[in-house]
Amino acid sequence: MTTVTQTPPPVPLPAATPPSPRRTSRRVVARRKEVAALVIPSLIPILVFSVAPLLNGVYLAFTDATLSRNSSNAFTGFGQFSKLLGDTLFLQSFKIGMIWAVSVTLLQLVAGLGLALLLNANLRLQGVTRLLALIPWAMPPVVVAIMWKMLYNPNSGPVNGVVRLFDPGFALDWLGSFGTALPAAIVVGVWVGMPQTSITLLAGLQQIPDELVEAAEMDGAGTWSRFVHVTLPALRPVITSITSLNFIWNFNSFGLVYVLTEGGPGGQTMLPMLFAYNEAFKYRDIAYAAAMGNVMVLVVVVLLMFYLWTQVRGERD
Amino acid sequence: MAIVRTRPVARGAQYVALAGYMVFLGFPLFYLLMASLKSTQQLASLDVWIFPRTLTWSNFSEALASQGIVRATANTAVVSLITTLVVTVVALPASYAMARFRGRLRMIGTGYILVSQVFPVILIIIPLFLILRTINLNDSLIGLTLVYVTFCLPFALWMLQGFVAAVPVSLEEAAAMDGASRFTMLRTVVFPLLVPGVVATAMFTFVSAWNEFFFALVLLQSPENFTLSRSLALFVGAEGQVRLGPLAAGAVLASIPSLVFFAILQRRLTGGLLSGAVKG
Repeated sequence: MTTVTQTPPPVPLPAATPPSPRRTSRRVVARRKEVAALVIPSLIPILVFSVAPLLNGVYLAFTDATLSRNSSNAFTGFGQFSKLLGDTLFLQSFKIGMIWAVSVTLLQLVAGLGLALLLNANLRLQGVTRLLALIPWAMPPVVVAIMWKMLYNPNSGPVNGVVRLFDPGFALDWLGSFGTALPAAIVVGVWVGMPQTSITLLAGLQQIPDELVEAAEMDGAGTWSRFVHVTLPALRPVITSITSLNFIWNFNSFGLVYVLTEGGPGGQTMLPMLFAYNEAFKYRDIAYAAAMGNVMVLVVVVLLMFYLWTQVRGERD
Repeated sequence: MAIVRTRPVARGAQYVALAGYMVFLGFPLFYLLMASLKSTQQLASLDVWIFPRTLTWSNFSEALASQGIVRATANTAVVSLITTLVVTVVALPASYAMARFRGRLRMIGTGYILVSQVFPVILIIIPLFLILRTINLNDSLIGLTLVYVTFCLPFALWMLQGFVAAVPVSLEEAAAMDGASRFTMLRTVVFPLLVPGVVATAMFTFVSAWNEFFFALVLLQSPENFTLSRSLALFVGAEGQVRLGPLAAGAVLASIPSLVFFAILQRRLTGGLLSGAVKG
């Protein structure tokens, strides 16, 4: 459930209760019991319904499991993975997933940063804009998809309606045509994710001390150079964490595009998650789908590590 | 930033940009609202006029009458309410432990929340589906609620522990001096102070469950068990047979609880919820 955890990573705070040096071992035991009583009701459902299935899901990729009730689940080693490497449809879907995730994440960052700067610039109408920014964040993804399908509707949709003011007879099916389906879906992806990005960046902007900006102005720095030399470097940690999370969420996203296009036309918007869902629940090949899931995790982890490495290196310079 | 003076031209450009954002953010929902009030003829025509030519309230009555929307709304409400209740009751004590007994517990908790983000849900849903099938809870609202509780818990825990951390420890120490046991102290001192935080967390959990689609898609098969997202998605597939007016009306109705709760949560979403993460 992506909506549940859409917030930047928590940063550990300093301990509020420093351990007292005079703790007796009996007190430690009593305290452990207390902690256990407090934590166990949360721990059990997470272990049983989240951690255990996750490990099992990772393992299933190394078997020949199917969805049928009498599936043998025999261990097959890396068989599913070598099959994946030869599957051009999957590789194609992976490429589409990359284009989708990279462009949505980048556009979310650029658009989100723009909005955050405006919300931080002491303009009128900020309250209204903030309220409007909650719409994409709050709405159910299925409703968002239905709504944008109506906006893109070739006949009654307002997108084509506006184009027809200049070019009567224009009737492009944005989501149903080869060249435009993916870009049209990307616009919706940006619409959905931009508000959260900008609210996070806004919180980061408000942490930048006014003196820093003022000092730069005293030194005769213009708006642009203040932005590049003061604001952006100060915002760097926030940008790094929100783009990392956005990339993960976008690469793993499902519901929005599933309802928008179902991966069509001709697989043009078949994100890896849609592909894996079809393998598992349409063609009942759960081992193969699990292998796809594992590959997705690997690729995301490698990319994130590379990205974080460049960020840390850049900060040192 | 406020002290830095801005030239009038730049100010004007800023307002133009802001207006652009407002249209981009708000227009889609505005269009959906208007579409839900348009007649079938207007929606089928090439008419670009954004407002309804004639106000058509029948879209709403039609959406409510047909398509099992009422049933789906009741299902979604029950599942979301029970999820919220269970998550709040279970997460409250654990979040207290996370906030007060820092160290390893907190590290593991935060670590798990982060790591769980990287794994696509497909890896979890396949084994979950198999487990729920063996205990005959796939295609059931009980099974769905179980899954929602598990998936809402980590975030609720993290949100709540932030609120617990904001309650001064000195209050607890005073209660302990008076001889109150840990649980009496929790009940009489800490929990009452947490009410606003609990309400915010509960609302967020409710919206998460209300909006969820993927698990409902995989787990629910019989139409009488469908949640709102699940049954609305069905009508999209049946395009051409479904008229846009009632579909828009159903979509509007399905968004109301989430929009209202988020509007109430607004201050916490822009301030409290994220500040802990950004301040560091």
